[in-house]
Formats: sequence, structure tokens, C-alpha cells
Amino acid sequence: MTVVVWIADDTWQDCVDAASAQPGEFLLLHVSDVAGAAHAAFAGLLGRHASRDPGTRLDHLATDHAAQLLDAAAERLGRPCAKEARVGRVEHEVVAAAQNASLLILCRDGDVSHAGPRSLGPATRFVVDHAPCPVLLVWPS
Amino acid sequence: MLALSVLLLVAVLVCAVVRPWGLPEAAVAVPAAVLVVGVGALPVEHAVDEAVRLGPVIGFLAAILVLAQLCDDEGLFHACGTWMARASGGRPRTLLGSVFVTASVTTAVLSLDATVVLLTPVVFATAAQLGVRPKPHVYACTHLSNSASLLLPVSNLTNLLAFASSGLSFTRFAALMTLPWLVAIAAEYLVFRRFFRTDLDAPVHAPRSSPPRELPVFALAAVALTLVGFVVASATGVDPAWAACAGALAMAVRAFVRKRTTVRKLVRAASLPFLAFVIGLGVVVRAVVDNGLDDLLRNVIPGGHDLWALLGVAAVAAVLANVINNLPAVLVLLPLVAPMGPGAVLAVLLGVNLGPNLTYAGSLATLLWRRIVHDHDTEVHLPEFTKLGLLAVPATLAGAVVALWASLHVIGG
Repeated sequence: MTVVVWIADDTWQDCVDAASAQPGEFLLLHVSDVAGAAHAAFAGLLGRHASRDPGTRLDHLATDHAAQLLDAAAERLGRPCAKEARVGRVEHEVVAAAQNASLLILCRDGDVSHAGPRSLGPATRFVVDHAPCPVLLVWPS
Repeated sequence: MLALSVLLLVAVLVCAVVRPWGLPEAAVAVPAAVLVVGVGALPVEHAVDEAVRLGPVIGFLAAILVLAQLCDDEGLFHACGTWMARASGGRPRTLLGSVFVTASVTTAVLSLDATVVLLTPVVFATAAQLGVRPKPHVYACTHLSNSASLLLPVSNLTNLLAFASSGLSFTRFAALMTLPWLVAIAAEYLVFRRFFRTDLDAPVHAPRSSPPRELPVFALAAVALTLVGFVVASATGVDPAWAACAGALAMAVRAFVRKRTTVRKLVRAASLPFLAFVIGLGVVVRAVVDNGLDDLLRNVIPGGHDLWALLGVAAVAAVLANVINNLPAVLVLLPLVAPMGPGAVLAVLLGVNLGPNLTYAGSLATLLWRRIVHDHDTEVHLPEFTKLGLLAVPATLAGAVVALWASLHVIGG
């Protein structure tokens, strides 16, 4: 069974550290979701030539960034692992990637000093609510 | 004739979004313009009038597009990324503030094209390098390309079109729009801080190394002198487009000497087919307006100069920009509001510039774009995007219209 580790841009170190205490195989997962906004903004500039679409540049930048982040996470984990970079709606992609997982590790976001409702971001909240496997919610250090 | 003109306008807009067989943007707009004249939907002299009116406007736009591209070649936007990274120290909230400053100034001075095309990838790269979630910052860039495009005539093609028919001088336009510009940016900032609060509350990882400071002096000086040129040209009655041409020329000469550009690259930056598209679109829209749309719209555009009239005009413009697109929307509305004075023209601009943050391309174009053009893997998260727009657009629009009303009272239309 696989332990899926969600590598978020800002809190991945804590997830990887929590993962290293777990037995099993690992899948490091990164999801990118911003190129669509640039494509959409460019579509708003009616009539400009498609070669200038910044979304295409953002697609490439996001791909490189995901690869670098996953490499850094694999190095920090220091154990054999698979890596997967997905593009799309973050919460849906994470839930889909965890379909056959034995554990999903993710980090809480938002203001950690804030107790009470809405302390998680919408995507993280969705994943916690809909994950098809046990979830380990790590607090950022 | 109205039905035929509307049909041709729809064909022009659809083809601009879908680009059948990869045809350039002008491939349908220019023949459609010839056709409306050929079938008698628009007298030849009116078409010529429209082309003569639009000619200097698109010349101005071409100069600004070239200037922005040359600034990018000179490293100006890369330097902006470095500045944002250094200023933020990896703190998401501070980064958002520096993105707001950079994107607002870039949009105002070098037009929204520069922000969308040249700055957005830099902002993403900066956030990625700092280990900060890129989404709020990339969205800030795309939103500000619209909401920070109120200040100067050069900030948006819609402004250039309105500027030509408003009778305002460059400096008077800027003076009247300063307060609406600031209010729109401030409202947008508050909405972003609230909407993305969990992303912005994420823990800070201090960057391992601070990137070295960059200062592209020549590009900054050229842009600053171009701005001074706008004011001087405006004061002396010269067309400010010449200041933009001079700025672009100075940057081009330096780029040639340093072998950083070629004539081909410059021609590409000027986007000639796009300029032909704007003229074609202008002629077709004129045919639609002259054949009956003007009477129809006159009934929905409120008259008068009070706050409610300005709010009404801006709301109609925002709705039209969201139904079709802001470029045809401004072309349709300008001839109707120009006789009402500069206040109404500027209210139209607030509507067509701030409105698109709800659907960006306008509903028609967005639908086509999502259904036909776009790869669904990378599509924007529509409910989230629309929710952000529903918060930002009414807040920025209402604030900016009140600010315009106050400016008109203090400075005078």
C-alpha cells in the first residue's frame, strides 16, 4: 500500500518529515493550478496573437517548478519513492491520486493561531472531507 | 442591414476567439469590414472616418507594445521579480503587496498587455522561487491588468479609444482618473486579502539567498522620460503618441546597437495583424451602431451628470463588457456617450475596464474559449474564479464611480 504525500509549495518540508516515520511505499504528489488563470486573462485580450499567451509560458514554468520541488522532496525523504506532478483543480487531483492509498499526508494551512471554524483553506478542507483513505494532517513547524 | 451587421460582428468575435485553422485575428475582421461597406450597411465615408479616427489610436498602442517588449528585453520585468522577492523576504502578505504595486504601475504605464503577457510569468516564477503559493499573486496580476488600467490613456486600448473621443488632454484624463484608480486598487487589495487569507497565512520559509539587486537604468529612464513626454506633449498640444514613439525608438536604437533585437522581433511586438483587427472590428461595430443599436442603447443609458447617472452608465458598460467583450463594448458605447461629456465617457471606461474581472473575455468569448479552444487539463477553476469576480467587480466599480464623481466635482469635467 502507498503513502501519498501532498507536496504543497509552502509546507512540503513538514509533510516529508512526517512521512519518513511511516512504513510503506511513497508517492510524492504535486498539483499545479495557476496556468489556467493566465490563459483566461489572455483570452480576455481579444485579438492578440496566440503566440503571446503567457499561460503557455506558465505551463512550462509550472512543470519545471513541480519537478524541482518533487526532486527536493525526494531528496529530503531519502527513501525510494514515486513522484507525480498533476495539473488541475488541486482538491480533486489530490483526492483522485489518493484513491488506492493507505494514508494521505498533508499539512494544514491558514493561520495556525486561529482556532475554530474555517481554519483550513478551501482546498485542504475539501481533501480532508473527501479523502478515500486515512488522513494524517500535519501542523507546520 | 442591422441583422447582417450583427451577424458579421458575431463572426468577427467568434473567429477572434476560436481562430479557425489558426487564421490570424485580422483574417475575418478585415474582410467583414469590407463586406459591411460593400453591401451598403455603412457608407464608405463613414468607414473611412472610423479608420482615420482609429489610425492614430492603434499607432499609439503599437508604440506602447514595442516599448513594453523592449523593456522586457532590457530586463525590466526580471528586475521587478527580483525587487518583489527582496522586498517580501518570503512573506506571502508582503509579496502580495509588492505584486499589487508592481502590477498596478506596470499596467498604468505600459498597458495591461504588458502585465498579462510579460509580468504574470515573472510573478509566478518569483512566488515559486520563494516557496510561496503562487495562486493569489498570479490572480492579483490578472485582476490588476483590468482594475489598474484606469489611470492613463495608454493603460488600456479601451482608454486610448475613449481618450480620442473624450476631448480631454492627457494630463486631465490622468488627473480625473487618479482617485478612481487608487480606490479600485485598494478595493481589489481588500478583497484579495480576505479571499486568499488561508493562502496568505501560510508559514514563512525565509529564502535561502536573496537575489542580487538589479537596476535596468536605461529602461527605467526611457519609461520615465516617456511619461514626462506625455505631460509635455499634452501641455503643448502635440499628440502624446509621439512621446510613446520616441520612447520606443530610443529603446529600439539601444537594442539594435547591443544586438538584442531584430526588425522582425520589433514588427512582431507591434502586433500588426492585431492593429488591423481593431480597425476591422471598429468598422463592423460602427455599422451595427448606425443601423439601429444606437437607438436601442439610448433607452438604457441614463442621462444626466449626477452620481446615479454615472453609476448607471458604468453598470451598463460593465454588463455589456461581460456579455460580449470590453473592446466591442467600448466601441459601441463611445459614440453614444461622447456627446454627454467626459464624465460619462470615463464612467464607461470604469465599466468596461473593471467589469471583465467577472468573466475576463466576456461570456460569449469565455464560453467559446472553454468549449472549443482550451485544453481542459489546465482550465481555470470557474466557481472560485467567479466568486472572486463577484466580490471584486461590484466593490471596485462602486468605489471607482464614487471616486470619479468626486474627482469631477473637485477638478471639473
